[in-house]
Order: sequence, then C-alpha cells, then structure tokens
Amino acid sequence: MVNTADSSQDIAHSAPVTGPVLGNDGRPLKASLARSLRRQKLRALGLIAPLLIFVLLTFIAPIADMLFRSVENNIVGDVLPRTVVALKDWDETTGELPDNATFKAMALDLKEAVEDKSHTRLGSRLNYEQSGISSLFRQTGRKVKRLDVEETTDFVAAFEDMNKKWMDVENWQTIKAFSGRFTDGYFLAAADLTKGPEGIERVPENEQIYYTLLLRTLKMSLIITFSCILLGYPIAFLLATLPLRTSNLLLILVLLPFWTSLLVRTSAWKVLLQQQGVINDTLVWLGLVADNARLELINNQTGTIIAMTHILLPFMILPLFSVMKTIPPSYVRAAKSLGANDWTAFWRVYFPQSVPGIGAGSILCFILSIGYYITPEIVGGTKGVFISNRIAYHISSSLNWGLAAALGTLLLVVVLGLYWLYDKFVGIDNVKLG
Amino acid sequence: MNMKSIILSTAAGVVAASAAGAKDMTIVSWGGAYSASQDAAYHQPYMKANPDVNIINDESSAEAVAKLRAMAEAGNTTWDVVDVVASDAIRLCDEGLAMEIDADTMLADAPDGTKASEDFGDLLVSECFIPQIVYSTTFAYRTDVDAWGGKEPSNICDVFDLEAFPGKRSLEKRPINNMEWALLCDGVAKDEVYDVLGTEEGQQQALAKLDTIKDEVIWWSAGADTPQLLADGEVVMGSTYNGRLFSLIEEQKQPVKMMWDAQVFDLDGWIIPANLSEERKQAALDYIMFATDTQRLADQAKYISYGPARASSAPLVGKHAELGIDMAPHMPTDPENAKNTFLYNYEFWADYRDDIDAKFQAWLAQ
Repeated sequence: MVNTADSSQDIAHSAPVTGPVLGNDGRPLKASLARSLRRQKLRALGLIAPLLIFVLLTFIAPIADMLFRSVENNIVGDVLPRTVVALKDWDETTGELPDNATFKAMALDLKEAVEDKSHTRLGSRLNYEQSGISSLFRQTGRKVKRLDVEETTDFVAAFEDMNKKWMDVENWQTIKAFSGRFTDGYFLAAADLTKGPEGIERVPENEQIYYTLLLRTLKMSLIITFSCILLGYPIAFLLATLPLRTSNLLLILVLLPFWTSLLVRTSAWKVLLQQQGVINDTLVWLGLVADNARLELINNQTGTIIAMTHILLPFMILPLFSVMKTIPPSYVRAAKSLGANDWTAFWRVYFPQSVPGIGAGSILCFILSIGYYITPEIVGGTKGVFISNRIAYHISSSLNWGLAAALGTLLLVVVLGLYWLYDKFVGIDNVKLG
Repeated sequence: MNMKSIILSTAAGVVAASAAGAKDMTIVSWGGAYSASQDAAYHQPYMKANPDVNIINDESSAEAVAKLRAMAEAGNTTWDVVDVVASDAIRLCDEGLAMEIDADTMLADAPDGTKASEDFGDLLVSECFIPQIVYSTTFAYRTDVDAWGGKEPSNICDVFDLEAFPGKRSLEKRPINNMEWALLCDGVAKDEVYDVLGTEEGQQQALAKLDTIKDEVIWWSAGADTPQLLADGEVVMGSTYNGRLFSLIEEQKQPVKMMWDAQVFDLDGWIIPANLSEERKQAALDYIMFATDTQRLADQAKYISYGPARASSAPLVGKHAELGIDMAPHMPTDPENAKNTFLYNYEFWADYRDDIDAKFQAWLAQ
C-alpha cells in the first residue's frame, strides 16, 4: 500500500501528467487492470462453460438444425444432378416437354438412384408439392433397372412406355421449380401460399388452413391467459393474505394438480365434460338443462379453454402469489386511514403493485399455451385444435419435416414479435417472478 | 480367499455371464391387448426356443416412422423389429428406412410346401413389409337407442342417415376411409371410388357428403376412443378397428353390435430397420422367420380377433384362449362378415395422402 503510494508519487514526479499512469512493475495501470479483469472474466466463463456447452449442444444446435430444414432442399440436386443441369435450358412456360437429352439425363440419374433407393425418397419429397409423383418415381424405379441406356435412343418414348405420367408437363415443372439447393416452398405452404404460373398466390380457399390455425391459436391462447388471470388473481390474493399455516395448506391444493400427470388431468376433464358426463348429468338432475339439450362442453373450443385454463392455472397463481407476498399490508392500511374506501385502496394502491406478477404469469401462460398440443388434441375436437397439432402431425405422421420446421419458425417469430410488443408497451422490467 | 477377491471374482463372473448370455432384441409394437397377443403367440415361444435371446418390448409403433427416421439420421438405430401398418411400411420403404425382404428365402414356407410369396399373396404390398394380420376398420352401434324405434343400422349409408338413425357418430380424424364411405353413399360405384377421389371434384363431392353429418360427428384419433364413446353412450355408432370392438362386445359385454358392412381391410405387419449390423440383422430375420410361420400366425388369433395374413393359417384358427369362444366368426375375413368389403388402396393413398389430408383438415377447421 505504502509502496504503491510511493511509486505513484514517483510517477507523478517523473512522468508528465498527460502520459499513461504506470503501475509498480512499470506497465500502464490501465493495462494491468484490464488484464486482471480479463482473467476474472475468463474464470467466470470457465465456470459457466459446462452449462453453456450443454445448452448449445442440447438446445440451440438441435433447434437451429431443425429450423434449417425449413429451407434446405438438397435432395433434388443430389439425386438428379444431370437432370437438374439439363432442365436449366428448358423453358417450362411453353407447355412443351423437355428434350430427349433431358429424358436421357433422368434415365441415368434414376438408374444410379435406384441403387441406394434414393429415388423413392425424392418421390415422397416432391409428392408434398404435387400428388402422384411418389408413385411415379416408385413405379419407374422398378422398370428403369431394365432400361438399357446404351441401346436406347428415343428416351421420351422409353419413359412414356414406363409410365404415361412422364408425358405430363406439370411433373417436370415441379421438378424444375424445386431443383434448387434451397427452397421457399415450405414457408409458402406454411403461410397458405403457393407458386402459381403468375408468381406467388394464395392456395384455393378449401385448402387454407395454417393461417386460420395460427389466428385461432393466438386468440385462444389470449382467452386462456385471461381466464387464468380472472381465476388465479383472487386465489393468489387469498393465499397472500391468509395466515401462513392456512395459506400453506391452500398452496398444496394449488400444487397438487401441478404434480399430477397431464394426461390424467386431461382425461378427467373428458369424463366430466362429455354429454353423458358428470357435469351434464348433474345439471339435468337439477333440472337446469333438459335431457335432450345437454350442453356441448367438449370436443370444441369450450373444452380446450376449460381444460387448458385448469392446466395452466398454477403458472399464473405462483408468480402472482410470490409478488403479492412482497406487498406490505401497511400500504393498504395507510390508504384506508387516509380515507380511501376498500375498492379505492385495492385498485389504486394494491393492484398496481401486483401488476408485475400478472405480467410474469401472463407471459408464462401465453407462451406455454401457444405451444400446447396434447390437451387440444384430446379435448379440442376439430375447432379447438392449435397449430402445434399440425406441427406434430407433420413431424410424426406425414414426415414433412420441412413444413413442420417452417411452421415452427413462423410460430417462433410470432412469439418473439409479441414479446417485443409486450416489452414496448408494458416493459419487460415490470415482470417479476418473485 | 479374502473378501476383496471374492467380490472381484463374483463381479467378473457376472460380467462374463451377461456378455455370453442373453442378446437383447428390441421389438416395437402397439401396446395393450395387441402386444399381449404377440407376447403370448410369438415372443414367449421364441425365447423358450432361443434361451440366449432376450426380447424387449417397446410400445412406440404409433410414432415409429418419425422415430426411425430420427434414429437413422443420428446413425444409431436401436430397434430390431418394428410392427407397423402397411401404409407406414410403404413410407418407410420409400424413405430407405426399412430393409427389403425376399419373401421366398427369408420367410418360412407353408406346411404343405407352398412358397411364402404365394401364401401371403397380394398382401405383400411393399418390398419391405412382412404381413402379420388383416384387420378392418368398421362400424359398431349401440343396440339400445330409443330414437331409432327398434330399427338397427345394417348398411354403411345408415351412418349418413340422420333421420332414421339420429345421434352422434364417431369417425376417424383423417380422410382415409371416410372419403371412400362418403363417395359410396353418394352413388359412386365401388370400383370407381378411387378414380373419382383422384379428382378435385370427387374430393369436393366426398367432403360435401361428409358435410351432411359434420355437426353430429365426434372425431377420434386413438383406436380406443370409439369403444369408450360407445360404452359411455356419447355416440350411437362409430368406426374403429374390429379387434377393439370385439373386446368391447365380447369381453366387456356392452350393448353394442358390429355392422361389418363396407368394412375396410387393412394390414399390419413387421419391418426390419435398414442399416442394422449384420449380426443384429440375422437375429431379426431369424425371429421373423419364426414369428410369421403358419402356426404362429394362427396362434395369435387365439388372443385377439384379427385375421392371420397367411392363407394357410386360416383353417388353424381356434378358440379364444380365455373366453373359449370360437374365434372364426369374429374374424373380419369370415365369409359372413365379409359380404361387402373394401380394400385400402395403398398406392392411391401414398400419392394423395398429403394433398387430400390438407383439404380434409381445412374442411374440418372451417
């Protein structure tokens, strides 16, 4: 300490005031400070590195890989390299078939593709864009093995012989349209758009589905979030104001369903809500509802809203509760002693302080409900299902992972957009989890 | 010998025993009564004959296609034999995820020497598919509906007749089968159904017919839904797999009857994942050779009412293992039940599934 003071005095004497301040070892003080800070930062980084690498490998990388599939389209170029080159010179707008050389290129490509069965994979890929291509490639694959490429001269006729559908210009147009390494086809499909002869256009009305589903998902998620606030606020208020012993007991009642399996709870709602179910039976028994006019509470939007509100309620109550716990009761007492009635004291003094809890609970509920698919699938019928149900269908059933990835990306963008709006209008600093 | 060396030698012995002993084989199926029937008819006898094989049951068939693709991409396929419906087998074969099977060399001949390819016949719908059972998707109805005034539905078109047979119906939440039934009841001849369905107008026609009952339909996605809905009285009639209805009617004794009219035959069977190591491939083929022979397929029918896929197995179908009732009249293939049937057109649906499904789902969402 004394040394430092001495040396700094030395510096003050020996060096001009404008020069760098030197440390004991003669190096600039700023540099030593930066070095020791850097060492500290590196140590901190080293400490979080395992978690960082874990998150990168198990969370960020798979998501990035999945999202990348929404534009990736290597398969056409990989399976049909010669055909793709040959098709470059073909004018697809004339409505005429490609020339004999292109057909020959296709024959050579297919003969190679049949070896490792990639032609059927290509077929299912292109079948997403045009029905019938799947079987065209499968059937041609079986016959092309017997085609003698050396002997044949008229490849157009040879293909016509193998399958008449090769004479359909539409199939060639589809192959050409999707021959690039990257495609916007999945994103167009996810937005109910398609590439028509005159550029991008909307798909016919009877095939529009994703836009409807996205809107419905957002709308119903908002309703569910709002019902959670409506039901959760009084409960959280009660929990926060009751004596500790009673409130702990009630808190367990809130958490109990939280610990029960999701499927069990959803199935229980099925038993309760169906037309021959407990609720309808009770209403009929009480004479509130006629036996032949039982309420439809399930397999529609009502069912989804009821079941999802129940399932997400703890996510609203817990942040609300922890925020309300921190509001000193003396504030409300002070307001009342200054002449406010019960309502004014609550609305002007208590409520504003609980808003951060509402914010946190709403974000949790909204984002969770937007991605839900098990509960809507079971109780939602046809009008109560979400866009995530279609994503699940394309992942597990139709194997159209590109479209699933595009839908997922859109959903992610919408959620981020809403988050940004929320931050702009409410402020993300106003969110408190406890 | 001190304590330490005893422990060490015991441990070494255990390791050696498990290495030399059971080889694990993961067989994927549908779970429930179906897996139980396979366990009794195939797995247990096979493990008895091959004590060094240990069969592990996995109940992931519903997600098999997606999981197999993910496994193949990760380069680590952990399944050895997978039970899938025929349309999924075609999809897996197209994707190069299932290995091709040569029926005559890889499957057992019938007892009379008939080659496997002939014994299975038309049911070999894909190069990768080894058929196991014929099942059908068909309707059943409650027998105690007052509003019907003593009448019972006997024709597929009664499903579309809300005046004579009011009440909720349950249909599967997908276009397959529903579109065909709708066209059949809208005056399209049976052998023209798929020609019509391949056109835009035909698809609209089918959806328009389904529109007439849309408000009265509960859509199911799991095979157990319709039996549950029928038992609860939520629906008065509904479609599902015939084996599920058998257990509802014969095992649970619910007031429900089979309709059988216009039942749609479909197939379920095995595939072996592509790219297995040579050793695991041989083990899987050995299991398949055993589990799909004539006697084994007939044995499965003792536990569940699905028809064996081999022609030579049909005469061997006996009585239910627990109920003791004759199984033949409960088979979808029984002549009495199969008066009017419909065969799932695999090629058509492989081509049109994505397109029609998009239209169907859009129609549902409206």
